[in-house]
Amino acid sequence: MAQKVVEAYETGSGAGKNAPFVPIVHESLDLQADRLLPSQSNPFDINGGACVAMVGKDCVAIACDLRLGMQSLTISNNFPKIFNYAPSTYLGLTGLATDVNTVSDLFRYKVNMYRLREERDIAPQTLANLVSSSLYEKRFGPYFVSPVLAGINPTTGKPFICGFDSIGCIDFAKDFIVSGTASDQLFGTCEGLWEPDLAPEDLFETISQALLSAVDRDALSGWGAQVYIIEKDKVTQRLLKGRQD
Amino acid sequence: MRGPTVLKAEDDKTRQLNKHTLMAFSGESGDTVQFAEYIQANAALYSMRNDTELSPSAVANFVRGELARSLRSRSPYTVNLLLGGIDPVTEKPHLYWVDYLASLAPLPYAAHGYAQYYCLSILDKHHHPDCSLEEGLALLTLCTDELKRRLPIDYKGMLVKVVTKDGVQEIAVDNDKVVRSA
Repeated sequence: MAQKVVEAYETGSGAGKNAPFVPIVHESLDLQADRLLPSQSNPFDINGGACVAMVGKDCVAIACDLRLGMQSLTISNNFPKIFNYAPSTYLGLTGLATDVNTVSDLFRYKVNMYRLREERDIAPQTLANLVSSSLYEKRFGPYFVSPVLAGINPTTGKPFICGFDSIGCIDFAKDFIVSGTASDQLFGTCEGLWEPDLAPEDLFETISQALLSAVDRDALSGWGAQVYIIEKDKVTQRLLKGRQD
Repeated sequence: MRGPTVLKAEDDKTRQLNKHTLMAFSGESGDTVQFAEYIQANAALYSMRNDTELSPSAVANFVRGELARSLRSRSPYTVNLLLGGIDPVTEKPHLYWVDYLASLAPLPYAAHGYAQYYCLSILDKHHHPDCSLEEGLALLTLCTDELKRRLPIDYKGMLVKVVTKDGVQEIAVDNDKVVRSA
């Protein structure tokens, strides 16, 4: 149910002084309130969660929060949403928790089969197309997830990130990708903090601050975070405590 | 329960899946027992075929898979589950929380339904990772007392079962204890 946004305008001096008090209801703001409020009917907002990926100089970073909830009730504060599919290829999944489980298991199976058939690890670009086609397969009954992919191509050594909608449309980005219930906040923090060609340590600081600032303004995300910094032959995983409220 | 009527006061809402895994369930009556016994039979079948027992994590992921498959069928099971067990190899305890949407979460302590709102805050405050059995049972009493105190319905007491590396055993509890409101 949408909450009405009511604003009252105070008129200036003169005749308006004695005018009756008329609340003005903004229909456009009303629509926005509907989109911002989490509800049981929107599967993407039931469990909450946030994920972000960023490109740096010869490195990429991907980070997620750790909350699993049912509306406002927190069930777990140790529910990582980033999954590893090759030495330097990671996939973050936000959205409905059951589909985060199902989709991560499905891709573990598919990537394992790929590795056995091809006798090599999957490249991030290949995984991106696999994710896209697998999600589109369920076009008229989709998995309610918004995946984020980050990795370094094992042959070219080039960093690669991309995001998807729930039916597999790929969003190739040169800078950063955000997803989850805190995605609006993440767009703001990333836009403000990210700059081109960040070194691994600076990229870690940037992505961590962007994620922590964003999830602190979202009631459905937070409770700690997990950050991966992916370099050519090295991956660093860090756990951030974050606010526990 | 059927509407406001209590049909049975001591209904066992658990099923033992193998020697050291126990599953407790709540949800739509009919669905619950049907689903639990389907899982129980399949866990038994696996043990017979392979001469090994599934670990708690393996059982949990199997259960989740079945519930997730059912979720996108024409008539999904409306069942919430708690899965507790001891890994026969590592002898480490595991607890899994599974809701009717088939979301799976490994947790140190868990509850379903209205009990979540009353018990989780108590457990947040008093639970610690190396909690002994006696401490655990005392903590459980703290939780059930709060439910008796705060829930507007009389849920006719509790059935307590403990899973150890030696198997599953029932613990006697005093269900006639009266808890007065403050």
